[in-house]
Amino acid sequence: MPTLEIEGRTFEVDEDGFLQDPALWNEEVARLFAKSEGIAEMTEEHWKVVNYVRNYYLEFNIAPMVRKLCKDTGFKLKKIYDLFPSGPAKGACKVAGLPKPTGCV
Amino acid sequence: MGKHKTPMLDELEKGPWPSFVSDIKQQAEKGKQALKDAPDDLLGVMELSYKDKVTHWKHGGIVGVFGYGGGVIGRYCDQPEKFPGVAHFHTMRVNQPASKFYSTKFLRDLCNLWERYGSGLTNMHGSTGDIIFLGTTTDNLERVFYDMTHELNQDLGGSGSNLRTPSCCVGLARCEWACYDTEEACHELTMEYQDELHRPAFPYKFKFKFDGCPNGCVAAIARADMSVIGTWKDDIRIDQAAVKAYVGGEIKPNGGAHAGKDWGKFDIVEEVVRLCPTGCMSWDGSTLKINNRECTRCMHCLNVMPRALRPGTETGASILFGAKAPILEGAQLSTLTIPFIRMEPPFEELKELVNKVWDWWMEEGKNRERLGELIQRESFQKFLEIMELSPDPRMVSEPRSNPYIFWKEEEVEGGWTRDIKDFRAKHQR
Ligand code: SF4
Ligand code: SF4
Repeated sequence: MPTLEIEGRTFEVDEDGFLQDPALWNEEVARLFAKSEGIAEMTEEHWKVVNYVRNYYLEFNIAPMVRKLCKDTGFKLKKIYDLFPSGPAKGACKVAGLPKPTGCV
Repeated sequence: MGKHKTPMLDELEKGPWPSFVSDIKQQAEKGKQALKDAPDDLLGVMELSYKDKVTHWKHGGIVGVFGYGGGVIGRYCDQPEKFPGVAHFHTMRVNQPASKFYSTKFLRDLCNLWERYGSGLTNMHGSTGDIIFLGTTTDNLERVFYDMTHELNQDLGGSGSNLRTPSCCVGLARCEWACYDTEEACHELTMEYQDELHRPAFPYKFKFKFDGCPNGCVAAIARADMSVIGTWKDDIRIDQAAVKAYVGGEIKPNGGAHAGKDWGKFDIVEEVVRLCPTGCMSWDGSTLKINNRECTRCMHCLNVMPRALRPGTETGASILFGAKAPILEGAQLSTLTIPFIRMEPPFEELKELVNKVWDWWMEEGKNRERLGELIQRESFQKFLEIMELSPDPRMVSEPRSNPYIFWKEEEVEGGWTRDIKDFRAKHQR
């Protein structure tokens, strides 16, 4: 099992760096994972996306489709990439502590 | 002798044909690649898959480079201890140049780049058309991307639910049949839709392909969600003197492609006139006639006698939508939607069509539903409504036997409420 070490904390992750145990997720963990995805600081806009993705996942057990994410957050896709340089699937979902999305986002 | 014993793969080296197994062994021996053991371990894991009759690649991973959501396909081996060289074996898709024109220097540079950061193994080309770099690790992705974009001025292609790398036939660059500049169109649309190409937001993949004529060298009609196929409006140009030269045997049919075997004397009636699918040609022994109104631009006669017959001069393209490989439904060819449009830069008319189609498909398409399947689900009629087009006999293959265009209530006099008894009194069944 690969691990990810950020600022002295170690997490079990899958090969693509997604958090293995969703129960470990909290805002602090999100902040740490954001660093590994090229995000220096989590702003309110980042949280808006992360919380949306996370709530959607908790409700439907799947990551939202990209166009739904854009519609519901009001952010254009370009804006999402500005916030999460590795994109909604690899970036936003990872920071939100979701398991690896299977081709939706 | 490689690192692993591969008796089954070795069978694939026998015979007079080129062999990918030999190619991989060659790379292993050359040994200049950054992932030293990758070629050897690739052979090893493949041999094991042949033995176990099951793949040893895990289901795709999510890796990528910053700023892009596509272009890299994550691949991991499920036997990483046995085959460490391919534990990570990600694929990168590189946008091929229009019509795949390369200088040898550029090819060398590409290969050197890939030896510097990957397995050195490439696939020229993937079925969408991209140059495929086979096998590297997550750590190396950004490095390849940086050098490729900065030193070689080359971009990644598409993967996942986005616009896939557009591709075009050789077109005007070398082909006399090209009815528009396929390279220009391919390049222009690639540049216009960079966001859609690199940032997946579609229900599923979407492909553009540009064929310069109905010969279809990039198989647009079979493989593209939007197929752009060159055609002409006016008459086939006939050089009667050259026709006679074919008949007399001075010019070889099919550009001499049938050399090497004696097929007998060229017979224009048997080999051209009677093979015309619409029966619109005639030959009276001295003049070839074509009833151009009936010609479906199948290209047969032009292919046989290229020096005598040429496409007309009023050229453009037909636009078809909805081809796809079998997924949920069977394979499907695209359906003629726009019989003719002019193809001149900056291709505004074409872009308008694309935008209309995407707006609809992104709104209505289910996850993993190709455009062709959405058209099937919602009906071609609905599609025409979205495209703001009227049905046209040219959209169906046999207008009187498969007219899948239905009337709507408001288009029928009296709507659905007419008195059937009254009607039958006047019109018997
Ligand atoms: S599709 Fe037609 S124009 Fe294009 S290369 Fe083939 S024959 Fe030539
Ligand atoms: S292009 Fe095809 S349909 Fe047209 S005249 Fe030639 S053989 Fe007949």
